Amino acid sequence: MAGNGSSAGTLARLRDRIARIETDHGGGMPGRASLGHEKADAVLQGGLARGAMHEVFAEGRHSAAASGFIAGLAQRVCANRPLLWVRQDFAARESGALSMRGWRELGLDPCLLVTVHVPGVESALRTAADALACDALGAVVMETWGETRLLDLVASRRLTLAARTSGVTGLLLRVAATPLPSTAETRWIVRPARSPPCEAWQAWGAPVFETRLVRNRHGQTGQWIMEWSCDECLFRDVSIRDAQTHPQPVAAAPADRPDRARVVALRRAG
Amino acid sequence: MLRSGEPAETCDTQSRSTKTKETSPRIVVAKQNNGLVITALDDAAARIGLAIGQPLANARAICPDSEVFDADETADSKALSGIADWCDRFTPLVALDPPHGLLLDITGCAHLFGGEAALMRQLCSALKRQGFDVSAAIAGTSACARALTRHAHGRIVAPGEEAGAVAALPVFALGADDAITRGLRRAGLKTVGDVAARGRHEIAARFSAAFTALLEQALGQSDAPINPRKPLPDFIVEKRFAEPIATDGAIARTLAGLARTLIAAMEKQGKGARRLEAGFFRTDGAVRIIAVETGRPVTRGETIDRLFRERLDALADPLDPGFGFDLVRLSAVRTDLVVQEQRDLDTHVRDNDEVAALVDRLAARIGSQRVVVHLPQDTHIPERASFPVPAQQHLAAAMRAEWPARIEGEPPLRPLRMFARPEPIEVTLAEVPDKPPRHFTWRRVTHTVVRAEGPERIAMEWWRTQEVRPTRDYFRVEDEAGLRFWLYRDGLYNEAAGNGEAVPPKWFLHGLFA
Repeated sequence: MAGNGSSAGTLARLRDRIARIETDHGGGMPGRASLGHEKADAVLQGGLARGAMHEVFAEGRHSAAASGFIAGLAQRVCANRPLLWVRQDFAARESGALSMRGWRELGLDPCLLVTVHVPGVESALRTAADALACDALGAVVMETWGETRLLDLVASRRLTLAARTSGVTGLLLRVAATPLPSTAETRWIVRPARSPPCEAWQAWGAPVFETRLVRNRHGQTGQWIMEWSCDECLFRDVSIRDAQTHPQPVAAAPADRPDRARVVALRRAG
Repeated sequence: MLRSGEPAETCDTQSRSTKTKETSPRIVVAKQNNGLVITALDDAAARIGLAIGQPLANARAICPDSEVFDADETADSKALSGIADWCDRFTPLVALDPPHGLLLDITGCAHLFGGEAALMRQLCSALKRQGFDVSAAIAGTSACARALTRHAHGRIVAPGEEAGAVAALPVFALGADDAITRGLRRAGLKTVGDVAARGRHEIAARFSAAFTALLEQALGQSDAPINPRKPLPDFIVEKRFAEPIATDGAIARTLAGLARTLIAAMEKQGKGARRLEAGFFRTDGAVRIIAVETGRPVTRGETIDRLFRERLDALADPLDPGFGFDLVRLSAVRTDLVVQEQRDLDTHVRDNDEVAALVDRLAARIGSQRVVVHLPQDTHIPERASFPVPAQQHLAAAMRAEWPARIEGEPPLRPLRMFARPEPIEVTLAEVPDKPPRHFTWRRVTHTVVRAEGPERIAMEWWRTQEVRPTRDYFRVEDEAGLRFWLYRDGLYNEAAGNGEAVPPKWFLHGLFA
């Protein structure tokens, strides 16, 4: 009897462990996609989890920056698979439609993007749930504008389950909305950051974001300023690059050659 | 197309015929040659001596208490096309013969209804039940059938006997111009037989070759094809019900069964469906057609089933079975040859198939215009640089498209989000001639420009449009909060308008950078 009981306990423990492993990794395309930003990757335990939901919130006037950030996340997660972008009609009226030339300028490939225009949140949810079930996609972005009661815990759980089953990553872009309880893996709040100071002749205007990771189901939260590197297609730490090219505390120095040369070399290596 | 043994049928419908048994005669009038004349009437009116073409004043004099309605041509043609939809159940080739007729090419269809006579009986009695007054005839050519319908309701003419059948009919029955009919009467040719007895050249010399062609068609000596309303579907399967079905479950099961049959039929010829139509024929005569399109040929019954389920769920105006459907039809309107290809271990091809299937499902639900991919365009005008096209048709083309490469090391030169219409902004301060604004107001918020890059001058394509449009000077600017905008000035400073006065240029915001 005693032996029987202990073996049953072992079995239960093993089952529990397997269940935990399975929920951690999800289905088809498991693992995590590294963002390229070291500190963020460390906090996220290797990167953004695939086959899960991630939420990005932004104020109305910061919608373009948030779309850039979520496009970057999608690119990191997708790995050359098609991306489906579900967009509410009102969002295009408020902050413009996605421009394919701009998409290309971010280093992304417009060939792999399918855009779905939906009239309201309800059809957006249905479309996203359908798309998340299609494991040929890399990621599904759902963009909605404004507050809505439809994106509640039930809807969120449905999307999470669909994402977990297929291994497709769901990215939810919510502009001008306050966070509601959800089953998302991570939640970010994004706003644009000022371009780092530079000389008049230097190129400026790379996408720089002030990101706050306000929720992380399996780790700590954090706050970073990230730059999307359009050439390498990854997120970078601005402060590091800043320190190298523009040693801020030091008195104004001309852009010194050795440092710049090293940065260029690093870029090539990356 | 129509040759011997291919009867066509005309049914004349009086769309305004009365359903109630009232004694007071009813007439429909329309304005012709500055006077109101009768265009349609019921049996009671015909009995007291009224006729089509009579002025309303005469009709009032004959029968003061007749009820008069204004003719409504739109409603008439709508009713006629509704009947034509319903007639689809007999044959896929239905042509309109305005103003009151329909032509049905029943070649090869009659035996499905128990022969020509039985078909005509079914058609007439069903239309009578719907409240229409019908007369019909079957003949080898459409002109002959049309002539018989007007004067010999219910006549079925065997092939080769057309000339005998129409000989006794008045010339009016041919349906030629009034001038021709009048001319024939004046010449003493009262019946079609009289006209047929004369030499063709005599008739042609006086009444044009078109009339002799019509005469030959009526006599069965030559034939003209009818002009069907819809193209003939490549494949049709249908199910008739003695007891009409009305529940969603029964409809879904019927569609699934039809889909399997259709696929089996198409498979034999190696075809797959690109456009499918489901027709739901209600017992009371209403017909609802629901269509779905697919991006690539469908060869599986489950796919068809699923597409229709999506479409039926998403209908803004849901399927109303009323008293039930007695006929459900599934037709493959457009089909493509399916190339059976060997799949290798590369999962890429399979993935593309799955994405195409997803696009089909989404398009079935929300419309194919809403699921888009973009194709690059050879133009430097920013708003025209990419062209959104339905993903259903152009998915493969879009995945192969070549977009211009970006310049390495440069920040993004084009915004991620662009407004369909550039939004006007108020610029309070900008240095002339070509400096960016210091401050600008967009959507009632004033932004102070901290950095700016530009101008990038884009001239409009003068070789495409007639009107001269001003050049644009674009600037990338960043405000003190880090928001990055794409602004442009429409036109140049000191540009003179037509009257020689300088017009201040307008400023617009075209896009937002990430």
